[in-house]
Amino acid sequence: MTDRDCLAIQIEGLRFAYPDGQVALRDISLCVGPGEHVAIVGPNGAGKSTLMLHLNGILTGQQGVVRVGDVEVTAANLRLVRARVGIVFQNPDDQLFSPTVFDDVAYGPIYMGLSEPEVRERVSLALRQVDMESYAPRTSHHLSLGEKKRISVATVLAMDPQVLILDEPSAGLDPRARRKLIVLLQQLRQTMLVSTHDLRLVQELCSRTVVLDQGGIVADGLTSVLLADEQLLRAHGLEPI
Amino acid sequence: MHSSPFDLYHTGISPVHGLDARVKLVLALAFVLCVSLTPVGAWPVYLLLLAVTLSAAELAELGLGLVLRRSLLALPFALAALPLLVTLPGPTFASLRIGRFLISISGPGMERFVSIVFRSWLSVQMAILLTATTPLPDLLVAFGALRLPRLLVAILALMWRYLAVLIDEALRMMRARDARSGCVEGRGGGSLRWRASVTGAMAGSLFLRGFERSERIHSAMLSRGYDGTIRSLSRQPPDSRSWRLMVLGLAVLAGLLLLGYRLG
Ligand SMILES: Nc1ncnc2c1ncn2[C@@H]1O[C@H](COP(=O)(O)OP(=O)(O)OP(=O)(O)O)[C@@H](O)[C@H]1O
Ligand SMILES: [Mg+2]
Repeated sequence: MTDRDCLAIQIEGLRFAYPDGQVALRDISLCVGPGEHVAIVGPNGAGKSTLMLHLNGILTGQQGVVRVGDVEVTAANLRLVRARVGIVFQNPDDQLFSPTVFDDVAYGPIYMGLSEPEVRERVSLALRQVDMESYAPRTSHHLSLGEKKRISVATVLAMDPQVLILDEPSAGLDPRARRKLIVLLQQLRQTMLVSTHDLRLVQELCSRTVVLDQGGIVADGLTSVLLADEQLLRAHGLEPI
Repeated sequence: MHSSPFDLYHTGISPVHGLDARVKLVLALAFVLCVSLTPVGAWPVYLLLLAVTLSAAELAELGLGLVLRRSLLALPFALAALPLLVTLPGPTFASLRIGRFLISISGPGMERFVSIVFRSWLSVQMAILLTATTPLPDLLVAFGALRLPRLLVAILALMWRYLAVLIDEALRMMRARDARSGCVEGRGGGSLRWRASVTGAMAGSLFLRGFERSERIHSAMLSRGYDGTIRSLSRQPPDSRSWRLMVLGLAVLAGLLLLGYRLG
């Protein structure tokens, strides 16, 4: 894995500890090329969510560099980075903070400074993509977990980011919704980083897999190769399929 | 587990439900203003105002029960007006003997007390009508249209959304505790002191969860471009029918107020 293409995402020597001293990432280096779909797998507490939050500067490491495209993630570039990177959080209650579904999906586009017709256009397209068009006037806290999850994906799709970061996108979805999500994600051309425990989703969606454990990368390679390596999977809390 | 005590909205399709939220908000505020400006003792006007709220409730197909039940909320506030009964000078209306004390209630005091209670009851009814027929998100938009500061509207919106989440969280925690508080026959479930400390820890944990959630929400807002300013889409102005209704409503209220002053 030496001369990888680093045009979309480049992480070098990233180290991060939470304020309470818990070291969550140690010396992470990762390169992702444009349009690549990369799965991040690993046991609970491996640091997957923490890593994802570094990609648009919500967390910033004590050491190391993160670049998205040609822009380094620093306080000065945050606006630029955040327009490029869309994150779907693990918990949809954190993602959906507006009174109605429409307001939530429109939030990103409004802050991108789009005109009103453009915003409406984006919202209806994004909701159509996750099959939730009729939910626009609904209230977020009356939705089921799976519905919230799909709306969360729409909030990010509406921003049409270059890089999509998805934290456990399929958790809590029923089989049909999960299937639709996989089909939808397969069609997207964006660079994609997906953290998940759903190895079947990985198999269908991502050509490349990165295994994370205890804050470090322990394997990085073709999904077909890694998922066939039973010993590796078992050693890092995963179950071969 | 999606209950929330803030869900005052009562789903329905009625002319009142269909009315533009901005018009409803303006009319409701005007109604409350009119009620509080009507002079003391203008009974016929009070009855006409009551007729307004009751017929609006009827038109909204809410059922009088709902409106009357919720409007009991006004009662505790009436206590504040209680001293008026005995402090206002005037001819004695009735007297009460409590032990060695003789309390005399004056006529003007009685009139003013009943007026205040009746009028606050009317205002509360109107607030109930408004919240029962208008979804809160629409109401928030209406606040914005009436030039309430955007920051305030945004705070109200977040509060409404996350109080529900927090209540859900508290309910979940209590349910988890209850699910694990089985007790073997004959043996009690821990000392009072221990149970109190568990409850205390739960409250603390709820606070921490709320605090951490607020950080995560802030992150979510930031990652979708939030920069400290509050922005929202502009809405279409109300249509001409809404305008006409609003003007008509305001005229009726002004008429009632005038009548009140003629009588009062
Ligand atoms: N706010 C926080 N403060 C302190 N420590 C934290 C915080 N959030 C996470 N951690 C710790 O950092 C480590 C990595 O957590 P992270 O949430 O990134 O794991 P994850 O790989 O996403 O796990 P999961 O599969 O359960 O989602 C864990 O040991 C966790 O306990
Ligand atoms: Mg996680």
